[in-house]
Amino acid sequence: MKKKLSLMFVAFSALAILAGCEPLTIFDPKGPNAKTLSDTIILSIITMAFILLVVYVLLAFMLTKYRASKASADYEPPHEEGSHLLEIIWTVIPIIIVAFLAVVTVRTTSTVETTPEGYDNKEPLVIYASSSNWKWHFSYPEQGVETVNYVNIPTDRPIEFKLYSFGPITSFWIPQLAGQKYAMSDMLTTIHLAADEAGSYMGRNSNFNGRGFAEMEFEAQAMTQEKFDEWVSDVKTKEKPLTEEKFDELLKAEHVGRSSYSSTHLEFRPAPMEHSEHMKMGGMDHSDMDMSEKEMDHSKMDHGNHSDSDKNSEETHSH
Amino acid sequence: MSMEEVFHPMQEPMILAAAISIVVGAVVIVAGLTYFKKWGYFYKNWLSTVDHKKIGIMYIATALLMLMRGGIDALLMRAQTAVPDNGLLDAQHYNEIFTTHGLLMILFMAMPFVIGLMNVVIPLQIGARDVAFPRLNAVSFWLFAAGCGLLNLSFIIGGSPDAGWTAYFPLAGTEFSPTVGNNYYSLALQLSGIGTLMTGVNFIATIIKMRAPGMTLMKMPMFTWSILITNIIIVFAFPVLTVALALMMLDRQFGTQFFAMQNGGMDMLWANLFWVWGHPEVYIVILPAFGIFSEIIATFARKNLYGYKSMVMSMVVISLLSFLVWAHHFYTMGHGVMVNSVFSITTMAIAVPTGVKIFNWLLTMRHGKIQFTTPMLYALGFIPIFTIGGVTGVMLAMASADYQYHNTMFLVAHFHYVLIPGTVFGVLAGYHYWWPKMFGFRLNEKLGKAAFWFIAVCFNVTFFPLFILGLDGYARRMYTYSESTGYGPLNMLSFIGGIGLAVGFALIVYNIYYSWKHMPRNEKADVWDGRTLEWATHSPVPEYNFAVVPTVTRLDEYWFAKKEGRDITAGKIEKIHMPNNTGTPFWMSGFFFLAAFFAVFNLWVPAIISMIGVFGFMIHRSFEKDHGRYISVEEVMATEKSLRGDK
Repeated sequence: MKKKLSLMFVAFSALAILAGCEPLTIFDPKGPNAKTLSDTIILSIITMAFILLVVYVLLAFMLTKYRASKASADYEPPHEEGSHLLEIIWTVIPIIIVAFLAVVTVRTTSTVETTPEGYDNKEPLVIYASSSNWKWHFSYPEQGVETVNYVNIPTDRPIEFKLYSFGPITSFWIPQLAGQKYAMSDMLTTIHLAADEAGSYMGRNSNFNGRGFAEMEFEAQAMTQEKFDEWVSDVKTKEKPLTEEKFDELLKAEHVGRSSYSSTHLEFRPAPMEHSEHMKMGGMDHSDMDMSEKEMDHSKMDHGNHSDSDKNSEETHSH
Repeated sequence: MSMEEVFHPMQEPMILAAAISIVVGAVVIVAGLTYFKKWGYFYKNWLSTVDHKKIGIMYIATALLMLMRGGIDALLMRAQTAVPDNGLLDAQHYNEIFTTHGLLMILFMAMPFVIGLMNVVIPLQIGARDVAFPRLNAVSFWLFAAGCGLLNLSFIIGGSPDAGWTAYFPLAGTEFSPTVGNNYYSLALQLSGIGTLMTGVNFIATIIKMRAPGMTLMKMPMFTWSILITNIIIVFAFPVLTVALALMMLDRQFGTQFFAMQNGGMDMLWANLFWVWGHPEVYIVILPAFGIFSEIIATFARKNLYGYKSMVMSMVVISLLSFLVWAHHFYTMGHGVMVNSVFSITTMAIAVPTGVKIFNWLLTMRHGKIQFTTPMLYALGFIPIFTIGGVTGVMLAMASADYQYHNTMFLVAHFHYVLIPGTVFGVLAGYHYWWPKMFGFRLNEKLGKAAFWFIAVCFNVTFFPLFILGLDGYARRMYTYSESTGYGPLNMLSFIGGIGLAVGFALIVYNIYYSWKHMPRNEKADVWDGRTLEWATHSPVPEYNFAVVPTVTRLDEYWFAKKEGRDITAGKIEKIHMPNNTGTPFWMSGFFFLAAFFAVFNLWVPAIISMIGVFGFMIHRSFEKDHGRYISVEEVMATEKSLRGDK
């Protein structure tokens, strides 16, 4: 047992050393959202270390004090039913710890699900991020530009990523800026984030979606507002608009490099509905004619790479 | 599907080697049985048995085989990721391997190991002569075996499932997984799942109705309690899997759109159904381990279990909560703060009853006289390692933080820290503990302890680095990564640990051979100075378990009877009613296997013909008059005399 404890100690100190020389990605946040999560995780690790310590000390005590080799040959262990006092103690203390962590969880979850603090007076920049096969499409409706496999964002402005997928479920994740969220084919999800510092950050799909999954990365580049505006006007003037044919070609491709366009696919292939709208519709009467138009919009989206798959989607679309 | 496509997997050299080894293995077994003229013995004593002990042993043997199979998958994965940009496996092969690793380890290793131990032990522990429905028990086992065989066959014929053991839609739909791999998934799991559901019904009936006289619920051993609660969870959770798999089959093979992207299908419906079953499943494999540890810690601390009532209560609370936490598997799906908060709190709440159990085990040892036997080492190793799994579970339960852990190696490390020290240590502890009861000789302690130390130390070397990698942003299920990520060294460390784990498990298998050759026979019935009824009867246990069913007046009756010098097995021997052996479950499951195999390839005519065979056996059974048989008093006396004489 002592061996195991010392092993744990070595492992923990290895973690500390590793964390010391170069911070692990999760503990190296570059935006308020990721910072909140990093703080939450560190707080929970400290709390958990305390619990581990209590259990290890108790275990070490029992194993050293009550081993058979230390007891006399005729020692007969007593019959013990249990103790109400002890049981109350080790039920109530964990409940207090869990209650504390629950409060932290609820607060931080609502924090990261809204516009980051300090940025709430600014208009958020909305970017639609969608996945197909093993690549990412980023559409900027406000700027009227679109990129593939890289995304540029201005610092000092809140960003809202609207996520969806042209196929299997993917998970959009830029660990140094924010936690991840699923991108799905039938509803829109939102990530709120902001970048405090200019820099290049790794972004990837973290949810397994088939053969090319390992390579499904993108670069998120945060830059000053001026540089961002410069980049937008560059794309607007130098790149071609994204046509429907070109977009279909992109959807079918497995892996592609980076590219930029001076218009977005949202014009001819609108994104699905928000999750909340989806839920409302679920409870509605589907004979309602007002809804049918919206549903048709939704079904126009190309859901796959098989050209035959979108033909039947124009037909009965009911939830 | 053309023949070329069917045998496509064989073009991979490693798969070809696996296929050849499976064929050679089968040929050796068949030739061996023929050469030694053991076919009759094999059929009469094993294939057609309804004896719970033999069925249990067959479950455990299958589990050990699948442990090796899943372990090789794991080693291959660790080898592939040991260095950056490794080309040992390609993406497709890696995807198949991590999918089958998960399926095999959970459904065809952990489950049969747990069910095997409950088969061997429960009737003995409650003083019964068999389970409530012995023939149904054989059906359960053979359906499980059919499912297990089918999934293993997928590796050779047609290709294994490759969409992860969770098989999320739309990835697992025909559009993105056009091979038959996920047909195997739905059908293999369906067969074994139905078997498990029957086990659930069977053991609830057994524990409720067949306890020895005087053994009220609160006088049951803790392992029996854990199995009762486990089976109640099985009966509530497995029907969800049955329905989900049926919908999956309809979607993939009959063109329905339950989980499709078009026509109102909902991909997240699958995720919900899967985890409504999947989370309780975690407790199905962990609660029996808790029961085993309770028995072993009490036995080797030589003290009664501390806080018996709170131990029972905590398991009941865990079983209720296990159905209220499933959405924590997809906090990142985008449901609101409210939903995530509720599921965070229910998930963290599980830590409270689990903590109660940990402290009760620790306090059981206080004032005890601890003996460090192999089973006890596993129980003691469980506490510190599992606690790491538990506290990281609380960390993952925090929805906000989970946005950073989800789909990463941190999660992978967490559930291995729960399932290996929990379930695997639990079943290995039980396996070493009850082995003498099953076979009448002990496993060698030296080898057993060496294996434990290899496994306990190397487990941490393998999986602790994964926590760090996860916090560094390493997503799970990636078949490779580039050198610039810096993930190389820790992955290499993990691979080295994996080799050590393999050595540990190899020692466990070698110990079977060594002990069979060298360990003394005629071990006494009560090898460990145990507390519960299974130690009151002979080892190995006679067919009828107890010549005279003991009467129970309190918890740990056998322990107190020993102290008071009473023989609780004494009494008047009467003739014993026992069920007859039958080959029906074996053959019926064989037809089930054929039906499912043909269905995988959409060959509906032979599939329907095979199903007619299945129904034929059912109809035959419903008209069959089989009232079992009696073992005469003389025969019982003779058996008892020879077993007692041996002591």
